[in-house]
Amino acid sequence: MSVRELRKDPLNIIIAGVGGQGNVFMSFLIGKVVMKSGYSVTIFDNYGASQRLGAVASHIKISKEHFNTSPLLHGGDADIIVGIEPVELLRNLTRFGNPEVIAIMNTRPVYPIGVISGELDYPNLNTVIQAIRRLSAQSWIIHATDEALKLGNPIYTNVILLGALLGSNSLPLEREILEAVLKEELPKAFDMNVAALHKGWNLARGQ
Amino acid sequence: MANIEIDAPGATQLLLGNEAIARGALEAGIGFATAYPGTPSSEIMGTLAPIAKKMNIYAEWSINEKVAFEAASAASLANVRALSSMKANGVNLIVDFLVNLQMTGIGKGLVLVVCDDPGGMASSNEQDTRPVAKWLSIPLLEPSTAQECKDMTKWAFDLSEELGMVCMIRSAIYLSHTRGNVTLGELPHGSSTASFDDSYDIDNPKQSTYTCGMQFHPYKQSEELLKRFSKTPERFESSQFNFYEGPHTPPELMIISSGVCSTYAAEAVRILNLQDRVGMVKLGTTWPLPERFVTRYLQRSDKVLCIEEIAPFVEQSVMELAASFPPDHPRPTFYGKRSGHVRAWGQQDLDLVIQSISKVMGISYQNRQSSSPDYQSTVNEVAQIIPARPLTFCPGCPHRASFWAIKIALQLDGRNGFVTGDIGCTAMGMIAPGSHQVRTYYAMGGGVGVANGFGQLGRFGFSQPVIAVCGDSTFFHASIPGLINGVWNKSNFMLAVLDNSATAMTGFQPHPGTGMTATGEPGNKVNIEELCRSLGISVEICDPFDLTGTIDTLLRMLRDEEHAKVLILRHECDLVRARREKEKPYKVYVDPARCIGEECGCDRFCTRVFSCPGLVWDREAGKAMVDEAVCAGCGLCADVCPQRAIVKEAV
Repeated sequence: MSVRELRKDPLNIIIAGVGGQGNVFMSFLIGKVVMKSGYSVTIFDNYGASQRLGAVASHIKISKEHFNTSPLLHGGDADIIVGIEPVELLRNLTRFGNPEVIAIMNTRPVYPIGVISGELDYPNLNTVIQAIRRLSAQSWIIHATDEALKLGNPIYTNVILLGALLGSNSLPLEREILEAVLKEELPKAFDMNVAALHKGWNLARGQ
Repeated sequence: MANIEIDAPGATQLLLGNEAIARGALEAGIGFATAYPGTPSSEIMGTLAPIAKKMNIYAEWSINEKVAFEAASAASLANVRALSSMKANGVNLIVDFLVNLQMTGIGKGLVLVVCDDPGGMASSNEQDTRPVAKWLSIPLLEPSTAQECKDMTKWAFDLSEELGMVCMIRSAIYLSHTRGNVTLGELPHGSSTASFDDSYDIDNPKQSTYTCGMQFHPYKQSEELLKRFSKTPERFESSQFNFYEGPHTPPELMIISSGVCSTYAAEAVRILNLQDRVGMVKLGTTWPLPERFVTRYLQRSDKVLCIEEIAPFVEQSVMELAASFPPDHPRPTFYGKRSGHVRAWGQQDLDLVIQSISKVMGISYQNRQSSSPDYQSTVNEVAQIIPARPLTFCPGCPHRASFWAIKIALQLDGRNGFVTGDIGCTAMGMIAPGSHQVRTYYAMGGGVGVANGFGQLGRFGFSQPVIAVCGDSTFFHASIPGLINGVWNKSNFMLAVLDNSATAMTGFQPHPGTGMTATGEPGNKVNIEELCRSLGISVEICDPFDLTGTIDTLLRMLRDEEHAKVLILRHECDLVRARREKEKPYKVYVDPARCIGEECGCDRFCTRVFSCPGLVWDREAGKAMVDEAVCAGCGLCADVCPQRAIVKEAV
């Protein structure tokens, strides 16, 4: 199998969310798929001390040429940012975004504690969407948590977004390999997760 | 997610640095592994324990790092290769044992893996453990990629055996928690046989060196240690983990780096397009310094830049080496932490390393964002609307209830009582979701330790009640001596054990109170209340979700001027419960008819003060609302609402 050229090497992805949303597992799935396609990959899951609801950002670098890419992106160097949580996407866009970046956003907010206590404001969703459009070359807005709840569990949110990422065609992800990896990693919940993956794919294709 | 036990040499796996260390230990044929949980080291044992039985090794979560390392040393003395892993703070605990073990030497390979936390992202501090290796003459290895984590761990066992001393591997959070491609090596077949040579020859004490260093005068032990250690440099000079990458002609700048900083340096040089002008010395063995190897490259450039995390450890070693050059020998100019070109604290990252190199080379760099003024001005505008997201207790966390009860009790008590805190999830008692109760925060067991002192200050007019708080795992780790000291010396404090039946912050590892062992088999459960009652003090137990009962008990115990006393606030960590039970304990919702919103006069008490992420303020409706995707269904907030508008229904 010949390894496809990347449009940029390394190709840099960030998955941004909050603890408990499945960031780490989503980045692992992406990493495993690209590794099976013959690339080198480094993934750093930045989750600090929080088990739940702290800011999490997974930095993924995919390379055909270098085995020793470093574990973090530098400022302004993301090619794709997926936000499982809207303001976490914004936060990462402000540090790692650039005029060419691609953004994929889940619309379900998780309020930081300062917002809950009333000290801080959470921006209106339309304001967030507008800001994301201004800070990206291309963007997909996905109601992933709402769709996951329709499938019966918010746990499917990350796989729906993975489907949207696949549908956006912005990464060297092979659908067959992705499904095979899902089968390896989630043998018991495979059918539901493939359904979630297809849901996300369709949602991205429809935009 | 990872599968480190497969016997498939040459296959590639996507492994965390820590998983790769575990795999390296398997390839080295370990028979024994011990650890105490601590970010960023926990995944090493977390990976080994579930496969221990299958791989025929003994794997143990120990009560603390000291016992973990002592147990691993015993295996080594009995001819079984052993690994002990811990976070940086754990090393502080084992130094007393280690300094003596180094004097006598070991049996089979013994490797200590330490995972530092530059920046202290998941620690009470940031500390560089490498000076311990220098202090105690321990060969020190610093891998830079997941692949090297595996390969160097395997090598460390051979080295340890050959030199007859413990070898130390230093990882750091950006390596331990980074996944990368790892090509697997062979797994050994066959198993270890343990036996301890108990022969003792008074006339030939060297025979007994391993275990009975007392036979020697300590200075003779030092001499023996240095003799053993003196073989290390030769092994390091030829190590494949030290190499040069760069132009064949003398470069304008020579970068010396180790660990994960080597990958930042290599990538920064590519980004800055300096491959023809900058050379890089990548060091995998950092103590002792491979002097001949380093000297060769120090002579090739007028400028040397050292890049590393936390302390200027390699930088100082390299400068020491240059100071030993003959007088007529050219010395380069050194750049690094000492000169201010490299940040002297915290973690490094690619941005910082790009800045350091640019500064020394006198160039400027614009990234894809900073080179677009329009984009930057949008960024500056958008940054204004992004709310911060600080740490919080998880929804359903019993500690939220415990600190709430402590706060109310201390207010009602009215004598300016305060909390001395400890390590782990309970440390978050110092922030808003823990009602800002924790006032001191140092080390494992430190809460009850300092409470001992406060509790003796009555003779100087001190009248504030003191509540030392620790978690259940912290209780076993280091709080027991402090409690016994307080009982013995009649210190006046209360120890509140916030027992959530898990080592929660590091990933729910078992401990003596859970009764399970690392491999999931039943051990002998140690009962916290029985242990405390055996000291002859008053011990009470409350469920913190019974807020009224807990507050009453706290008040009663605070007013009781008896000496040291223990209150166990017991409720299982909700994340542990949620792993076992699919259903939430309660269906929780806000009855919109009863929540009168801004009219209430409570000033949004539930969300403003109580601070649970699952309970939010619906601005449009002007009322509280439960976020069902976040709520854990604990029902605690129902007891907090003055209008009884929050409803909890048993599921």
